[in-house]
Amino acid sequence: MDALSNNTKIKVGMFTFSCCEDSSIMFTILLDKYFFEWRERMEFVEARILRRSRTGSAFDVAFVDGAITADSQIQRLKKIRDMSKVLVAIGSCACTGMPAAIRNDFTTEQKQEIEFILDRFQYSDRVRKIDEIVKVDKYIPGCPMSTDAFLLALNELFVQFGHPPVDLKK
Amino acid sequence: MHDIDFDINLMEISKIEGHAGLQVVVRGGIVQDVQFKIQEYKRFYTQGMTGKKPEILPQFVARICGTCSNAHLLASTEAVEHALGIQITPQAHLLRQLMVNGLMIRDHALHLYIFSLPDLFDLDSLIDFDETDPMQKQFLHDALEVKAVGNDLQVYIAGRSVHALFIAVGGFTQIPTTDPATLISKLQSIRPAVIRLAKLFVEKQTKLNHPTTYVALRGLTGWSFLDGNIITSKKETIKEAAFRQHFDNVVIPYSQATAYTYAGHSYMVGALSRINMNKDQLHPNTRHDLADILELFPSTDIFMNNVAQAIEILHCIDESVDILTKTKFAPEQRVKPTKSDGIGIGVIEAPRGLLFYKVTVSNGTVTDGQVVVPTGQNQINIEKDIGKLVEDNLSSMNQAELEYEIEKLIRAYDPCISCASHFLKVKWDIR
Repeated sequence: MDALSNNTKIKVGMFTFSCCEDSSIMFTILLDKYFFEWRERMEFVEARILRRSRTGSAFDVAFVDGAITADSQIQRLKKIRDMSKVLVAIGSCACTGMPAAIRNDFTTEQKQEIEFILDRFQYSDRVRKIDEIVKVDKYIPGCPMSTDAFLLALNELFVQFGHPPVDLKK
Repeated sequence: MHDIDFDINLMEISKIEGHAGLQVVVRGGIVQDVQFKIQEYKRFYTQGMTGKKPEILPQFVARICGTCSNAHLLASTEAVEHALGIQITPQAHLLRQLMVNGLMIRDHALHLYIFSLPDLFDLDSLIDFDETDPMQKQFLHDALEVKAVGNDLQVYIAGRSVHALFIAVGGFTQIPTTDPATLISKLQSIRPAVIRLAKLFVEKQTKLNHPTTYVALRGLTGWSFLDGNIITSKKETIKEAAFRQHFDNVVIPYSQATAYTYAGHSYMVGALSRINMNKDQLHPNTRHDLADILELFPSTDIFMNNVAQAIEILHCIDESVDILTKTKFAPEQRVKPTKSDGIGIGVIEAPRGLLFYKVTVSNGTVTDGQVVVPTGQNQINIEKDIGKLVEDNLSSMNQAELEYEIEKLIRAYDPCISCASHFLKVKWDIR
């Protein structure tokens, strides 16, 4: 089956939490090379970096960039998990918490310095990696994420959802 | 018009870097309040700088921002070098010039093609561009090619276009030795696309005339993103090291970012400021091929920031072709520190405007760090422009149309929210 004969595109959501969004930027760099193959296979139903509208529909695959630093983010992440068949953590902050979690290791003096900001904007007690809160199905580590690992994982997902893999040797 | 009352609440603005929201209150046809809310949670890099070894500091602070990480690398490396009494070689300086040029090409192209171009076609996303429409097909292919070449240039010089690998305190850990012929020809091949892009934005984009003060770095001997003095459209010249004496931080209670004022007023940094004040320093080929468009500057229309970015892409191509054609790079050692203590300042033009670093090193350890980023500096100006846009269009647009126009306006600033959620150590007025 080729991509075009499978009319059902994979519904993809892309989300960022506390991070520098480097892995999302790597995604936009990979887009230069794989735009047409990806467009045949994926429908970006929610991807703030790529499109204005949201359909509100569920996701086959959710990519999550960044660590979790506030209670509101915990609720949002749980909702994304509930709406997704597969959840992929991309980049170091999502996979390990670091470097977004630097405040976890601050000295008492450093912690006192930032305390009023944590209170004012309702931060969590500490920064958490994604799998401390929800089940993660795939990890793409790296700061930024390894593009090789991402492309291989994406090809596995294409096959899982009935599409042929993309030729990565072109 | 006097009976118009409404509230605009945009929870999340799309197609910008990071998380931001907006609240506008209109009562009796008058804009009563505009709040541009930087919602990105802080990661506290400013505090985290303390205690780091100066040589690893640049790779640490690069993680403030994914899209302009290489600007943070360049500015923080310069600050550390100034603190440690290091003068880099002319070759290392040329490599950094190429690195920032690659960053400008890739980052401006991301903004113009992925974030803003769909607005000109009334489309939701570049993904929706229709290949059966010749114009959409042309710009879609242009987008992918221009972005890719900016990435290629950074990879060639610095190993990676996000969190670059080879730049280091004292110079570079690797010097490019492979033949740049293919890269030069790719750079030349995207020139027509960039000219097309500049013309399209001039022709199709929204307009908003709202003067402000423009601030940018100006090279001493020619165009530079890396060196020179800070100049303002009020004709003041400020040495890099005196930056913090002229620009004051302002705490905005609803925003996670610190804002700034110059002489008590809001100001604008970024491509528009640079082209408004430095267009005479652009590469001669850029000036020649965009002569008509350059006549439109200086401009007081923030949407012309899009056009200014396209002009800068062309300049970066032309300058990079010159350097790559004329220079044969040779392996060299990094310059070693001449002292272990000191205070260093690094100021560069990041894609979105002035980026300031101040690093204090004592006994070989960073004891204090300050960062001032472009979007923080533009924050108050963004709110003022939104107020002006709403007032100008209250009687002619419905609320949904206004919201879309506001989003376009915010995108024209190309705000970088990941960067902006960092701050100086300031005393907050907590109520």
